[in-house]
Amino acid sequence: MIEIKQLYKSFNNVEVLKGINITMNEGKCNLVIGKSGAGKTVLIKCMVGLFEPTKGQILYDERDFVKMSEKQRKQIRLEMGMLFQGNALFDSMTVEDNVRFPLDMFTSMTKKEKTDRVDEVLSRVNLVGAHKKFPSEISGGMMKRVGIARAIVQKPSYLFCDEPNSGLDPITSIVIDELIQEITQDLNITTVINTHDMNSVMGIGDKVIYIHEGAVHWEGTGNEVMTTKDKELDNFVFASKFWKHIKEEQQEENKP
Amino acid sequence: MNFFFHLGRYTLTLFSLFTRPEKAAMYWKELFRQMNLIGVGSVGIISIMTLFIGAVTSVQFAYQLQGNLIPMWYIGIIVRDSLMLELAPTLSALLLAGKVGSNISSELGTMRISEQIDAMKIMGVNTRAYLIGPKILASVLVMPLLIVFGVSFGIFGGLLVALGGTSGFTAAEYIRGLQDPIRDFDTVIMFIKSVSFAFIITSISAYQGFHTTGGVVGVGEASTRAVVYSSIVVIIADFLIAALLL
Ligand SMILES: Nc1ncnc2c1ncn2[C@@H]1O[C@H](COP(=O)(O)OP(=O)(O)OP(=O)(O)O)[C@@H](O)[C@H]1O
Ligand SMILES: [Mg+2]
Repeated sequence: MIEIKQLYKSFNNVEVLKGINITMNEGKCNLVIGKSGAGKTVLIKCMVGLFEPTKGQILYDERDFVKMSEKQRKQIRLEMGMLFQGNALFDSMTVEDNVRFPLDMFTSMTKKEKTDRVDEVLSRVNLVGAHKKFPSEISGGMMKRVGIARAIVQKPSYLFCDEPNSGLDPITSIVIDELIQEITQDLNITTVINTHDMNSVMGIGDKVIYIHEGAVHWEGTGNEVMTTKDKELDNFVFASKFWKHIKEEQQEENKP
Repeated sequence: MNFFFHLGRYTLTLFSLFTRPEKAAMYWKELFRQMNLIGVGSVGIISIMTLFIGAVTSVQFAYQLQGNLIPMWYIGIIVRDSLMLELAPTLSALLLAGKVGSNISSELGTMRISEQIDAMKIMGVNTRAYLIGPKILASVLVMPLLIVFGVSFGIFGGLLVALGGTSGFTAAEYIRGLQDPIRDFDTVIMFIKSVSFAFIITSISAYQGFHTTGGVVGVGEASTRAVVYSSIVVIIADFLIAALLL
């Protein structure tokens, strides 16, 4: 479980996060949505320690990450995995070496154990036969799979995904979403996903957090988004004709 | 102001290299990879350059010694000593500032802007120590060898000129000069220069690459700065070493 309490972050006196309060539970996909520039990426970067918050608390199962020194953070870092928007695969290494890197660096597993673990996670993300390829030689969807494999290879308790669907076609997006959801449930991970994608909101939104102007404006499930009375959220979610249409149809159906 | 900011951050970056490696084996592996990249990868270019530098030096000194009272066999000493003291270390360093320096800073710059460094940091890797440390150490270990190699090729270049027979000195004279004892101190200076120049090039280039900002354009800018700054600092250090030690 991750709890965020009164989190503030400003850059050069411009406040981007203005007192965020959220609780995110394990085994669930927690979706953070909001307009471009709302502060989703800044929030996730504060959570993983790439940005230092101005003030506030980020509690990983009661342990306050913000207060810790970089040394004390090491333990929590071992329990974290992150999937970057641009994948951030190490391009000097093969797919296999990318996934093995955290094991090489932080575990004392034998060569055989590592190879087995790498094979296991690569087949978990349905990626076979690309072990020896370099990131530049595989497709965007495959890179996402490698990114996920690398993020989960150490069996994390917390998984962060910044826009996992960006640059993917709708079908691959859904496949990746479902993969993240399955892994989240199987390994009982607390998963945090930044997204713009309404398909993801409806598909895997166990919990949806709408960030507006640097604060949590609305919280609920993916299905509750559908029937929201909140003007601000409604404008955001049903901006596209497609989703407006879906909503109207659903309202038709629900009429007695 | 800006200068002091960078000097301060550069110094802090260097200090942060002195930490316990997460996994020694990974650092060793990276060290050998870098030694191979920097060392083996530069032998060709260094030997071509020093071969010609040795040849040119011998031709030009032969020209200046003509009609002079200084015996022709001095040419061997002059070529050897100027290669050891100045030409091989300094020119190789300038060449490597271009080759190795731009390579290091664009590699790290690309890793920075594509968030590969962030990815390592999140895993818990001490990114400065892992990404910069082995590069500096590798170059410091490999550079003296490269320079010894370069001096030998330069001397060989002079010999080829002598064998060509058109520059007014014979191979026998040249070799006679080479047999003159080498002063220990010259060897020391050669090693001091090699090691300091290697350190300067890799640390400045790594610093520039590691702190790249501003996307793809930033990578290009960082790599230009890496080459320019490390070349200038090499020349200044060259002067300081000569002025203080000779
Ligand atoms: N390193 C930084 N320095 C200064 N300001 C920043 C920095 N990073 C982000 N910001 C500012 O913080 C605000 C929120 O940015 P953020 O990237 O979190 O938005 P986002 O919600 O992720 O948007 P998108 O959906 O487009 O990814 C923006 O106004 C941005 O200008
Ligand atoms: Mg973003």
